[in-house]
Amino acid sequence: MNITALLFLATATASKGIDPWILGFSIVTVAITIWMGFRSAKSSKSASDFFVAGRSVSVGWNASAISGEYLSAASFMGIAGMVMLSGYDALWYPVCYACGYLFLLLFIAGPLRRFGAYTIPDFAEGRYDSPVFRKIAVCFVLFIGFFYTMPQMKGAGTTLAYIFKEVDFRGTPFEFLAPLDQMGAMTAGIPYSFGVLVVGAVITLNVALGGMKGITLVQAVQYWIKMFAISVPIFVLLSVYGGYGKNLSLNKSAADSPPAIVQTVDPGQTERLALPEKAPKDEAWIAPFGPLTSKAAKASGLTPEETKPYSLLYTFSLIVAIVCGTAGLPHILVRFYTNPDGIAAKRTTMWVMILIGVFYVFPPVFGVLGRNFLPELYNATGSKGPDKVVLELPVLIREKYGIFGSILSGITCAGAFAAFMSTFSGLLVSMTSALAHDVYGRMIRPQSSPEQRMKMFKWCAIVVGSVSVLLGSQVEQLDINFMVGQAFAIAAASYFPLLFMSVWWRGMTMKGAATGMLTGGLCSLVCVTLTSISDIQAKTAKAAAELSKITWEPDALNAFWISHPLLRILAEQPALWAVPLAIVLMIVVSKATRKTIPADIRMKMLVLHAPEALGLKQEYIQEQQGPAH
Amino acid sequence: MSDPTHDHSDFIHSEAFLHGLMKRQLKLSIACATAFIILLFGLPLMNYLAPDFMGQRVGGFTLTWLILGVLFFPYVWIIARLFITRSIALETAEVQNAAEGNKR
Repeated sequence: MNITALLFLATATASKGIDPWILGFSIVTVAITIWMGFRSAKSSKSASDFFVAGRSVSVGWNASAISGEYLSAASFMGIAGMVMLSGYDALWYPVCYACGYLFLLLFIAGPLRRFGAYTIPDFAEGRYDSPVFRKIAVCFVLFIGFFYTMPQMKGAGTTLAYIFKEVDFRGTPFEFLAPLDQMGAMTAGIPYSFGVLVVGAVITLNVALGGMKGITLVQAVQYWIKMFAISVPIFVLLSVYGGYGKNLSLNKSAADSPPAIVQTVDPGQTERLALPEKAPKDEAWIAPFGPLTSKAAKASGLTPEETKPYSLLYTFSLIVAIVCGTAGLPHILVRFYTNPDGIAAKRTTMWVMILIGVFYVFPPVFGVLGRNFLPELYNATGSKGPDKVVLELPVLIREKYGIFGSILSGITCAGAFAAFMSTFSGLLVSMTSALAHDVYGRMIRPQSSPEQRMKMFKWCAIVVGSVSVLLGSQVEQLDINFMVGQAFAIAAASYFPLLFMSVWWRGMTMKGAATGMLTGGLCSLVCVTLTSISDIQAKTAKAAAELSKITWEPDALNAFWISHPLLRILAEQPALWAVPLAIVLMIVVSKATRKTIPADIRMKMLVLHAPEALGLKQEYIQEQQGPAH
Repeated sequence: MSDPTHDHSDFIHSEAFLHGLMKRQLKLSIACATAFIILLFGLPLMNYLAPDFMGQRVGGFTLTWLILGVLFFPYVWIIARLFITRSIALETAEVQNAAEGNKR
């Protein structure tokens, strides 16, 4: 029996505590996604349909689909949670997520589309005539993809755990679903990992059925669901609790006088609730160089003045990671191949920037309102902490206006579903394409028929989906947005230098490109993995120490970070040194191996840069296929 | 790689055409990127060097929050719009340039 149906049956019989509106909106979103996937699957006939949607997607549809794919659980839930936790510094995430597209537009989008390929590994092989380089590029598609998948899975687990938080499976046939608390006793709700499994299964089914063409329509529609779901509750909340600026002004900065006096319990009066001890102080929260960017330096016992240069360095590295990372995300780049031509690719990028820019104004507002009216979330961690502020805030309206608030809660839950479902779909297509098209179709069985590749696409989707679920179930303790930032850091130091230099410097050789990409990408991968592991260890150990009422003693790795704050910052945000390192290595090694520059480099550069109207691309393809054509 | 069925000695296959084309495209991209980078890296620097000025209130927002959380987006849209308009005009000019070059 289908797992979703099983869960529905279980909750229907076992629970009385679920808000029917929240459940209803969530089920409708999932049902629409599945229905559109099935519908589109009927029209996905060829390999081109599966990999690049027949290269026939219009600017409007493609811009909506790219935006739908890009606005992930990190955008919908994670940014709001991070702004609530860290304040001003977290604003760099939405701004750079949106504005990073400018770099993509200025340097990469047009040439990449003109070159004409199915995937980034296709480009890597085509630009350097090297099948080996294709293999290296495939590895990075998978590395970045899985890193990006984990936060989507966290979003899925968090949302389902929220929706079914009042379900009580204890004493029912579904008792095995009841989650355990820290003491090992069964509690109400569903386990985080069960949500991950359900959503992973639904999306994997969708992608396996419809491929790229199947998800283009789904993602375009999901953008508008997300836009509606993030904006409507905000307009309602602001009309009830006062404007954005007014709510922000409740947080006093160091320059303000007199200091904040806030001790009221009625959220309707636009005066906020008292902050718990775990919440950052107003001055640190609203000002730059706050808890997020100064964490490493503060852990080392530096004074606020001493931490500022470290925070500035952190901020610069974060900016480089997200801006360059946006221009190097394989699942976004692959979408540019679905445009009819280079000009359409540029126009699409422009519209994407507008669509996601408008969206990104809203999540920080949730963060500000959450700080003022849901401060109790500061006391929880994991899927029960600030990451769920977007889902919890509309509940305040429910308490005041009954069913209207329930409808709003339902809308935000639908948006959250659309968020992690659309991004996971895109990631799954990107990673599955890398396996089915690049590994199977080009490396293992180059003679395979298009039908065999399509069949392999479906099997690969199931494998990648299963691995994603497994990884996603392990990251409950990490912040959604933080994990996405790390995926960006890896993309920034691997694909961005590769694409930027390959498009604009004809002196690049395969060895230079591979050395730079591998070194930059692997250094980033190792650094962000190390910091993530040490964060998980620290959080688990701190929670255990708190339960046992003993003082937390840092393990060897965390003790090293505490005594070396600069290294901790450079490891947590490696883009500032890893991107230049990759570029410098590309230049040095390419110069040393300049004899291996592809013989037809001028023609390749012409194809990348000359307007399509000159017909050079068609000519190049004929040459590639041989003069007999 | 050279194919005898194509004439690679004409203007659009020449080094001069490719060099000029890439130079003009890169110049436009760098000009737009510079406008973007000035604000992108200038804002944290201003926060560092002039915290009181950036912390002053504008309609409840601190100035730096207003710039980063709201005004940054339209600023980037304007740059993107300018780039696309000029880039399309550049491509049209390049096609004309190539046609005239081939005639010569």
